[in-house]
Amino acid sequence: MGLPPTGDKPVSPKVRERFGDRLFRRTTFSSAVLLLVLLVAIALFLLDRALPAIEKDSTNFLTTTSWFPDNTPPVFGIAALVYGTVVTSLLAVVMASAVAIGVALSITQYVPKSLARPIGYLVDLLAAVPSVVYGLWGLFWLVPAIMPLSKWLGEYFGWIPIFQSQGIFGKSIFTASVVLAIMILPVIAAISREVFLQVPREHQEAAYALGSTKWEMIRLAVLPYGRPGLISAVVLGFGRAMGETIAVAMVLSANYQITSHLLTPGGNTLAANIANTFGDAGTIGQGALIASGLVLFAITLVANFSARAIVARRKEFRGAAG
Amino acid sequence: MTTLSTAPPTSPHQVDQRHIRSLPRWSFPVLAVAVVLGSLVLFAVTPLQGRADFIVFTAAVYAIVQSGVSAAVEGGRRSRDRLAATLTTTALILAILPLIAVLGYTIVHGARRFDLTFLTHSLRNIAANDPGGGAYHAIIGTLEQVGIATVIAVPLGLFVSIYLVEYARGRFGRVVSTFVDVMTGLPSIVAGLFVLALWVLILNQGYSGFAGSLALVILMIPIVVRTTEEILRLVPDALREASYALGIPRWRTVVSVVLPAALPGITTGVMLAISRVSGETAPLLLTVFGNASINMSPFSGPQEGLPLFVFSESGLPNNPSIDRAWAGALTLIVFVVLLNLTARLLIRRSVLRRG
Repeated sequence: MGLPPTGDKPVSPKVRERFGDRLFRRTTFSSAVLLLVLLVAIALFLLDRALPAIEKDSTNFLTTTSWFPDNTPPVFGIAALVYGTVVTSLLAVVMASAVAIGVALSITQYVPKSLARPIGYLVDLLAAVPSVVYGLWGLFWLVPAIMPLSKWLGEYFGWIPIFQSQGIFGKSIFTASVVLAIMILPVIAAISREVFLQVPREHQEAAYALGSTKWEMIRLAVLPYGRPGLISAVVLGFGRAMGETIAVAMVLSANYQITSHLLTPGGNTLAANIANTFGDAGTIGQGALIASGLVLFAITLVANFSARAIVARRKEFRGAAG
Repeated sequence: MTTLSTAPPTSPHQVDQRHIRSLPRWSFPVLAVAVVLGSLVLFAVTPLQGRADFIVFTAAVYAIVQSGVSAAVEGGRRSRDRLAATLTTTALILAILPLIAVLGYTIVHGARRFDLTFLTHSLRNIAANDPGGGAYHAIIGTLEQVGIATVIAVPLGLFVSIYLVEYARGRFGRVVSTFVDVMTGLPSIVAGLFVLALWVLILNQGYSGFAGSLALVILMIPIVVRTTEEILRLVPDALREASYALGIPRWRTVVSVVLPAALPGITTGVMLAISRVSGETAPLLLTVFGNASINMSPFSGPQEGLPLFVFSESGLPNNPSIDRAWAGALTLIVFVVLLNLTARLLIRRSVLRRG
């Protein structure tokens, strides 16, 4: 194990590092190493449990839609789960981003400074509400409340395949996405707000000097500058939505079908399926659930890294400009 | 600033007169009232109905009427400007509404069973449709699980952030920073699955409150690291240098100068982390498993947790259990919101604050 790089005020090689200093530095360094080990361990131990279960699967793990891991022979696959996860999260992100960016613009550009802080705090409070409370609220309030809207969409837009329905509404993919949208809204709003606050004042003043109205200033100065940050906020929100478990498990009536009918009850997500079926899972069942969790881990990892890459590109750009 | 855009041009004869005329401030509230009255009448005489429909319909009509009037009087640019202001304000209202709805609904429904029995009794020998019973066992469980998680995660997270701020330079620091980001995005159920795979299945330790704490630790560390790191970076270098100049060793500088200066911020970060993980349900489901009776020991046998209690009670089809679920949700919200409020107040008093 090599010594970690020392700080910006390097100790001269002749002076021996004091015992306390060495101990302290090593403690902090080992904590950092422990963190890395932990994350690698998560991947390895999940793999260790997942692979045997996938081997026992009598069908293709990636393309099968049904989930009967404890049958003999075991039949399970993640196709429907991945589909449900991606579709609910995509819908949620579309709904949440529009509102969240509006909120961020409103707080940074429109609302008076004295009000901006408390309002921002209220929006942050949305993130503090536990997901199980959202689930409970979704189940007893949102599901019935959303019925008329679903009915209306089904009645007038039923000719569009995704809104087609057989007259049963409620615990559908659409409802789940609305709950998810509410839950990721504060995340996207908080990051967008940070991004908008970083827009250089000179850019804004320059836009005004050209005779812009406020909206034209936002389009000329604020949005272009914030675009990479906004994209990464949206991607992070997407990742968060995919990992959300309990709220989805509560408001979605689960089945293992790939359906394009968003308003009809049914569908499932990787995370919700783990919460719903874990209690009854046998040995292979638990392995199968761990395997599906590994897939979820991989997908969110990809989402997070792409968000990071987008922000990193922006930093380079800023470095070049400044 | 905005006055710049509304200032009259110096040579009016070159400019289309419409661009200068602007609507008086009072015209928009008047317009809003007119639109609301108009749609009230419409909803009374036509088949249109429903409270939600009314709100959506009125808002849409207002946006259209406002743009139209403004476009006619002030021109297209001003009209688009006003529309943008209306839309962002609508977004703000749309974001606050669910908060009010969730909190209000939880308080109204939770108050029904939020009583002394609820706080002092468990669910032992209470069937789903029996009245009475409570979440005492769940509250004990949550306090123990979150407490143990905090005791493990806070020092660890603190050390990692000290490493990142005070020692890390170059590549390894960036790797650690990336891994912290990855952990921040880790779905909570995956943390639960990991503890299930390692602690429960491979090491065969069984379900317990402590297993739940381990899962919560994984979720807590990145939050603690990120918030503490941010605060530690705000501690001015002058403080550190003054300490070095007095011949104080580096570790003492960190412990007795940097950390005390950052303490309020760190406390805030820790409290936010606690409030975040105490609502986690998914990992508990896989590690703590749930238990209707009081289990004081976090180290042996399944326990209950407050989020778990809400989840399992809400799944039962009987009114008494659903009332209990709401009371549990209220308890959870009170706990979380109190933590959040205290945390915010603390950071307000702190000297170190971001611009």
